[in-house]
Amino acid sequence: MKLRFSRKTLGIPYAVFLVCFVIIPMLVIVFYAFTDDEMHFSFVNFGKFFSDPTKLSTIVYSLVIALLTTAVTLVIAYPVAYILARSKMQKKYILLLLFVTPMWINFVLRVNALREILAWAGMLGEANYFNTILGMVYDFLPFMILPLYTTLSKIDGSLYEASADLGGNSFTTFTRVTVPLSMPGVLSGMTMVFLPSMTNYVVSDMLGNSKVTIIGKFIETYFGTDWHMGSMIALILLVIVLASTLLTGGFQSEHNVRGTTV
Amino acid sequence: MAEHIIELKNVVKYYDDTLVIDNVNFYVNKGEFITFLGPSGCGKTTTLRMIAGFDLPTSGQILLNGKDISLLPPNKRPVNTVFQRYALFPHLNVFENIAFGLRCKKVVNTYENDKGDRYSRKEKLSKKEIAEKVKKALALVDLEGFEKRAVSTLSGGQQQRVAIARAIVNEPEILLLDEPLGALDLKMRKEMQIELKEMHKRLGITFIYVTHDQEEALTMSDTIVVMADGVVQQIGTPKGIYDEPANAFVADFIGESNIIIGTVVAPRKVRFCGKDFACVDDFEVNEKVDVVVRPEDIEMCAPESGMLKGKVISVVFKGIHYEITVQVGKFEFVIQSTQSRCVGDLIGMNIAPDAIHLMAQRHTTNIFDGVITKRNTVEFAEGEFECDVTQLYPGSHLDEEEYLITKEGEKIDLTGTEVRVEVSPADITISDDENAGGTMGHIISMIYKGDHYRLIVRTPEEEEDFVLATPDLWNENDYVSVVIPKDKIKLTLKPAEEKR
Repeated sequence: MKLRFSRKTLGIPYAVFLVCFVIIPMLVIVFYAFTDDEMHFSFVNFGKFFSDPTKLSTIVYSLVIALLTTAVTLVIAYPVAYILARSKMQKKYILLLLFVTPMWINFVLRVNALREILAWAGMLGEANYFNTILGMVYDFLPFMILPLYTTLSKIDGSLYEASADLGGNSFTTFTRVTVPLSMPGVLSGMTMVFLPSMTNYVVSDMLGNSKVTIIGKFIETYFGTDWHMGSMIALILLVIVLASTLLTGGFQSEHNVRGTTV
Repeated sequence: MAEHIIELKNVVKYYDDTLVIDNVNFYVNKGEFITFLGPSGCGKTTTLRMIAGFDLPTSGQILLNGKDISLLPPNKRPVNTVFQRYALFPHLNVFENIAFGLRCKKVVNTYENDKGDRYSRKEKLSKKEIAEKVKKALALVDLEGFEKRAVSTLSGGQQQRVAIARAIVNEPEILLLDEPLGALDLKMRKEMQIELKEMHKRLGITFIYVTHDQEEALTMSDTIVVMADGVVQQIGTPKGIYDEPANAFVADFIGESNIIIGTVVAPRKVRFCGKDFACVDDFEVNEKVDVVVRPEDIEMCAPESGMLKGKVISVVFKGIHYEITVQVGKFEFVIQSTQSRCVGDLIGMNIAPDAIHLMAQRHTTNIFDGVITKRNTVEFAEGEFECDVTQLYPGSHLDEEEYLITKEGEKIDLTGTEVRVEVSPADITISDDENAGGTMGHIISMIYKGDHYRLIVRTPEEEEDFVLATPDLWNENDYVSVVIPKDKIKLTLKPAEEKR
């Protein structure tokens, strides 16, 4: 007997998966966020969140830490990716690999190692915010380098030549050709770093000596005691993430339209 | 004498260890349309890139208006390039693409202050000036109103025009064009050829054009530089190059031609196909020459009144003429004529003396440096060939242990002896079977010589060339093995070796 699947039947497992692991949990979160202890519909968590200065300042802290992390990673990663992409070196893949291999080593191990180094240097507990950002930069650097390297190496070399030919020196070529053409990579790298640094509280816990609370940590704490508040914070984070993705994603698609062919 | 705007002096270029430009010398007159013509890999684009400044010569000089610019970066040279695949900036619209060069530019403006003192200042062009210049450039390439368009929405031809506008808006002294029409379809190409020629007249600047299309070169250029293998083969006007090709390569590359081997039998008299022909070129008597006859220069007549008599073996209609192939003995001639003939017809052919071009033959023997191995074979050109080593010492022979015994009875171990290897082109054959011959190489050139093909087979690593003659048709770039019979390899000791 011959088995025949239509496209629709083949889609069923995925639909089941999406419903079970995405839609239902999401609905559960929304349900918890907008109910009180007696499971009655209420806006009380919403109100509590926006009237509590600690909660608001945590959000702001998280944003600032994430933004700083992203900025520092970008500043470090761009030159590395640029040099690797433009070099004619035969062994450049090995270099790229070296920059990326930390990704393959267990995350907790890496953070622990850094913690030991900081403790040895006497910095643990002294500069909590600095340590947190340092740890995040260290952890997320490969996520910035890879997309940057990919876009930069895809830029047609003749465009650099065209710029030089038209009288552009290396600075003009960089600002007016390289940077705009590498924007898709910059944006996806930024997204890849910004989102985890908002939520990854392992780094802030271990390196910030548990003195730095970011939004991810917050959610974790609340799910021990108050599921309704925890859900509300998770929902607010979701909105922030969605907004930032839409913002950067919007830029990206415009670039793709202009960047096709030629 | 016209002013030389660009002059190349003894320019040599190596990419890593590969020689791509071998001592090129020529000049370009101000205002002329000059074309570098040659097959791919001949070094024409590299030459252009060195003039633009993207590649620097390994040695030699490039002079612009008499000044050495060999090492100047591209942004400091008053030349602009139209790139092969246009290289338009995908993130900028048409206006910004064209304005790119103008925005980089600084001009010296002179002012007068209140006291009447004059002073000058380096300034960027104003927005208004840029807008005006871009508009003019767009008008010149017939793209008015395209300012706001994204380059990706343009057709190939339109992108081509933007690329030209982007270059000429900077008013360069020289416009470099690197196979600019390669990506366009035939009709578009023809139109652009005429437009580029018009533009050249209107702008009055020097155009340096690179193409592998001989027809394009002949139509557009004032001067053509024919290149092959990194060497300039001939420089001349289109007509000069077509009518008087300097060698068989040029004759074969530019237009169709019949190339036959002939012998000069008397002053201004050459013999080929068993007949003596009057010609206008002077060569030494008894010299072997390549005889070139253009297909349109052969007149057909009645069999009995022709200098040559032959049988038509194929007739192809080509639109404006017929291409008729005629067999004369073992030679084949191609004739282009507006008159048709039938296959099988016997016809006579006449060739006027000034239509017979004689050229000195190159590569008459193959000479290599070789080394004798332990097995009494000879190693050269990346391969090992069996040979007769006794020819190195007259009267010698080999003993049972394969040692050479000279006439005087002296025993010599030849291992490592450096020798000169000579092989005649007629003695080399090639084969598809990679084990058949002593070495392998790619066919890099193939010229039909009336009754046979003259091939050049080049070994991949050391780039040693074998010149050979074969009646069979092969394809360029075929990877073949080179077969040389043992008794056809002529060995001589190198002078240095004899002294030792």
